[in-house]
Amino acid sequence: MIQPPLSPARFWALTAAGALSFATLWTVAALSGITSREFLPAPWDVIARFAQLVAEPFAGYRLHEHLLSSLQRFAMGFVLAVVVGIPLGLLMAWFKWVDRFVTPCFEAVRFVAPIAWVPFAALWFGTGIGGPVLIIFMGAFPPVLINTYRGAKFVDRKYIEASQMLGASHWTTMTEVLLPAAMPSIVAGLRISAGLGWQSLVGAELIVASSGVGYLMVKGQAAVSTATVMSGMVAIGVVGLLIDVALRRAQGWIEARRGL
Amino acid sequence: MSAPSASAALPAPMPPRSADSRPLWVRLGVVLGVLAIVIAVWYLLTTVTGFISPARFATPAEVFGALRQIAIEGYSNARLHEHVLRSVLLVTMGFVVASSAGVALGLAMGASRSVEAFANPIFLLLRPIPPLAWIPLAIVWLGLGDAAKIMVIFVSAFVPSVINSYSGVRQIERPIFEASAMLDVKGWRYWREVLIPGALPSIFTGLRLSLQASWTTLVAAELVGAVAGLGQILNQASQDIYPAMILVGMASVALAGWTMTQGLGWIERRVMPWRVQP
Repeated sequence: MIQPPLSPARFWALTAAGALSFATLWTVAALSGITSREFLPAPWDVIARFAQLVAEPFAGYRLHEHLLSSLQRFAMGFVLAVVVGIPLGLLMAWFKWVDRFVTPCFEAVRFVAPIAWVPFAALWFGTGIGGPVLIIFMGAFPPVLINTYRGAKFVDRKYIEASQMLGASHWTTMTEVLLPAAMPSIVAGLRISAGLGWQSLVGAELIVASSGVGYLMVKGQAAVSTATVMSGMVAIGVVGLLIDVALRRAQGWIEARRGL
Repeated sequence: MSAPSASAALPAPMPPRSADSRPLWVRLGVVLGVLAIVIAVWYLLTTVTGFISPARFATPAEVFGALRQIAIEGYSNARLHEHVLRSVLLVTMGFVVASSAGVALGLAMGASRSVEAFANPIFLLLRPIPPLAWIPLAIVWLGLGDAAKIMVIFVSAFVPSVINSYSGVRQIERPIFEASAMLDVKGWRYWREVLIPGALPSIFTGLRLSLQASWTTLVAAELVGAVAGLGQILNQASQDIYPAMILVGMASVALAGWTMTQGLGWIERRVMPWRVQP
């Protein structure tokens, strides 16, 4: 049975039915009085709280200020991962001895979940910006390195041979042959990296931060304000989506430029 | 429903070395050699020169001592194997329940466009939220005990299973459907002989992602607050400012996570003997 696509009418009817059932179940549970409205807010309570968080400060700052704080840390960790990961990946792909040295170290550390670095982050950086940046780096670094390595390693041999025949130095080969050839793989890696980095940020901010959306959620949890926690979750989800969309655009643009 | 988002995918493993002609013992020797150099540098920087202060990082000797302590006497209310068992059991329970539900729903969504249209709105709402973001909510609703951990594990494991099972069904090729229609395969046989085997590779990819997500989320949840478990070791060691124990905790987390993934891989190979492993 290969299912034909649904007619638009049926599709939208079912989609609306799904959304409505979910909203109704939620509203009924919230209004039924099993628990307090603080504990299980109705959907519109969450929206109201979200708007309130934008207008008034909570846990020190307003919502968008928390978000900016989070984004700053994310950007720093992500950029660091890219700045270290891409050159290292290229070096590993080109120089076998670098590969042989780094790979065992990398494989050993890779399986440590980024969040497990939180104790050291707290120990070394306290609640300063270094802590979350370290954890974001640990989350964002592996995909960048792996994808750069893969992209550069599997470059068509004829490009390398042509560049060597023309007397290219190591540096020239890496920057003008390997790097452009590995670009699609690198950009794909950046997308995964951004996603993982953003998730690691959330985890880090739950524990070692004094501002940011994760911190906002923790404070909301301490105040038993589910609406605050849910507002934070929505903000995190939306920003994460926007980052992914932006990178997907960038990926499309780069691939179009290269005529892929 | 679109293909798995980047935020749901984890990076692929390092590509296999193409035709590394050196014999196994040489390659093993290189790995051990690198490890030896790293440990030597570590020893030099900490014990011999004191360049890295003991408050910030542990010496190899301290780590060994911490390992002995937790394995034999116990740390943070339990011994190492008790912590490991507790964490692994929690993850396994949550993972099994969540992935069963997730795979079932994913298959249903893949097989029936009506089910897909109905369930989609809820997914679009849940998917962008990272698993770790559920921790505060779980704590508000269920406190700091095991129930909250299971809720978070459930949420992290559920979504990748659904997405991958769905795409697994969707990528089954047309000729297979046509052949099954021609042979009048329907009902339970249709599921057992067409849909599930066809989607199985994707299902296992989803299971692997779910397992890794569950494990990471549990460690994070235990870091925030727990009675026992590997994350709790990290938490306690952090409060006690005991870097050696932090390292022991991190290594245990990595090792346990790796072992579970290998276990899943073993099950995968047994269930899908026809699949050529990349």
